[in-house]
Amino acid sequence: MTRVEEEAARIAAAGESAPRLARDPVNLPMVLNWVEAIGDANPVYTDPEAAEKAGHGGLVAPPAMIQVWTMGGLHGQRSSDDPLGAMMAVLDEAGYTSVVATNSDQTYHRYLRQGEHVAVTTRLDDVVGPKRTALGEGWFVTTRNTWYVGDEVVAEMRFRVLKFRPAEKPAAVAEAVPAAVIRPAVNHDTEYFWQGTALGELRIQRCGGCGLLRHPPGPMCPECGATKPTHLVSDGVGEVYSYVVHHHPRVPGRATPFVVALVELDEGVRMLGELTGIAPDDVRVGLPVEVVFTKVDDDLTMPTWRPRAGGGS
Amino acid sequence: MSVSGAAAVVGIGATEFSKDSGRSELRLAAEAVRDALTDAGLEPSDVDGLVSFTMDSNTEIAVARELGIPELTFFSRIHYGGGAACATVQQAAMAVATGMAEVVVCYRAFNERSGHRFGQVQTAAAVGSVDNSWSYPMGLGTPAAMVAMFARRYMHAHGATSEDFGRIAVVDRKHAATNPKAWFHERPITLEEHQSSRWIAEPLRLLDCCQESDGAVAIVVTSAERARDLRRPPAVIRAAAQGSGTDQFTMTSYYRDDLTGLPEMGVVAKALWRQSGLGPSDVDVAVLYDHFTPFVLVQLEELGFCQRGEARHFIADGMLELDGGLPLNPHGGQLGEAYVHGMNGIAEAVRQVRGTAANQVRAVAHVLVTAGTGVPTSGLVLGVD
Repeated sequence: MTRVEEEAARIAAAGESAPRLARDPVNLPMVLNWVEAIGDANPVYTDPEAAEKAGHGGLVAPPAMIQVWTMGGLHGQRSSDDPLGAMMAVLDEAGYTSVVATNSDQTYHRYLRQGEHVAVTTRLDDVVGPKRTALGEGWFVTTRNTWYVGDEVVAEMRFRVLKFRPAEKPAAVAEAVPAAVIRPAVNHDTEYFWQGTALGELRIQRCGGCGLLRHPPGPMCPECGATKPTHLVSDGVGEVYSYVVHHHPRVPGRATPFVVALVELDEGVRMLGELTGIAPDDVRVGLPVEVVFTKVDDDLTMPTWRPRAGGGS
Repeated sequence: MSVSGAAAVVGIGATEFSKDSGRSELRLAAEAVRDALTDAGLEPSDVDGLVSFTMDSNTEIAVARELGIPELTFFSRIHYGGGAACATVQQAAMAVATGMAEVVVCYRAFNERSGHRFGQVQTAAAVGSVDNSWSYPMGLGTPAAMVAMFARRYMHAHGATSEDFGRIAVVDRKHAATNPKAWFHERPITLEEHQSSRWIAEPLRLLDCCQESDGAVAIVVTSAERARDLRRPPAVIRAAAQGSGTDQFTMTSYYRDDLTGLPEMGVVAKALWRQSGLGPSDVDVAVLYDHFTPFVLVQLEELGFCQRGEARHFIADGMLELDGGLPLNPHGGQLGEAYVHGMNGIAEAVRQVRGTAANQVRAVAHVLVTAGTGVPTSGLVLGVD
């Protein structure tokens, strides 16, 4: 038996903690706040007539509020005999320092009425582990709360948390992929392009004077000298004109190997972008591709390519 | 007015080529310049002009302070990375020919391996550069990958293979193997070793890519007339040219009608042949910029040594060997000797003209030198007096 298991057995054997009385009796103002916040329009909680008609014999509280009544408040502290607090301390000490709630099941034995004063106890059901999880190695800790009015059990809850040791971040070794991407510099001449990608449009600069299509764009048309750039929205389809399979060195934001393709769009201009959705060995010059907009974050959407469906040649 | 024949290289200097110089870039620059002046038999006080690359971290005034050069009447920097190499000498020749300066030293110094490595993703290059915003954010972030995009299209258009690229690496390393100053001295490679080297950016393998080096090179230029009074045989500047092509970008000129040539090198070639009155058949040694092997093939085509797409046939049968029809990079190039942004190639051209190279080609009258490829570039023809 590990130390964690020994401590778990000891805490579980201590059984229920002493009942902790709710701060206030069940009351209408708290119910009104709760049903408003939750959006529960059932009149039996707020309209005495409706409650009467429904056979409750007066206003009742929403059963799902059961935890609300015994919450500790903003500065609340666990009682010294709280088994969950004790178990958390044991696991903290063993290095399982992070916690995430996994699930809870509540059972309601009856409705509560205005003015009833509930108390709650906690006992430790079980501690299972160590388990390997996506978050890291940890223990599933299950506790059981019981709510009483006097000696009568009115509700119960089984509550489970995962208490885990955070998976170590990979050291700065060659295999780690840096999180940051290289962002484009954007200016007056190019912002239309990036505004377009954010909207799902692949925009090609078109001269407002002679209609020349041009990518990358610029402020003055090299054909006619006009400084009236407009744009059209590309159909986003074309062919791989050339491509690179990048292996070394690492590139921020990307796992290697990856493919960068120079695509000749049907409109006649060429454009670079990452090509995904195909094994690097299967890429070839002439491969039919289409644009995909890959959102990096709220400020940046990158145009990327994927093989065009039914585009075999 | 022509620059051809007006000026000459009279001194060359360098530090050792290493992976970790252990000293500042300014110290490397100062050591190389002093070495070149000693070679020329000149004093720092003779120098009135300095030229370098915009990428060099050492300002002309910092170098002048270290050398004790009292006054400068000409100082200039050239842009576009390795494309600047031969243009520094062009600047010097123009300054000398027009009387702007009498003795000009061109220099390039960096800790490119132990300090800032060009082979890594140049995240900073993308920040604030609208031009680079069409490539870097899309994942195309290294010089090798940018050249690989071109190389793939060249292979598609002309049927060239990875082995064709590998033959350039093999000949460079063969020459480096017998050059004591080369990093890869006594370490030749076979084509099989090239073919089994790992992918960097397909279709480029590790052995298609030049080294990363620490080091410095300096070149002293003065008038051809004064050169004849100095201690070394002059390497006369027969032609010096810069070139930029249509729809030019830095490393990513992917939007031209054709993606199998280097039109900017074509611009340089035309000017070199026009200025010098020479042609490809007059070249005894070719020092071609070789940061990545595919562009050596394309240069042979742009410079007129062979037809477009024919370079892979041209280089067969030992053509590029020391005793071949067009000896290539007898010092081992940047794949074999060191990567000093093309400046070590100019120094090799001077040695070949003087007849003092480690791998000396016989009866050299004219040497062609080119600068960085894929970028706006430059070239030189140096000759015997």
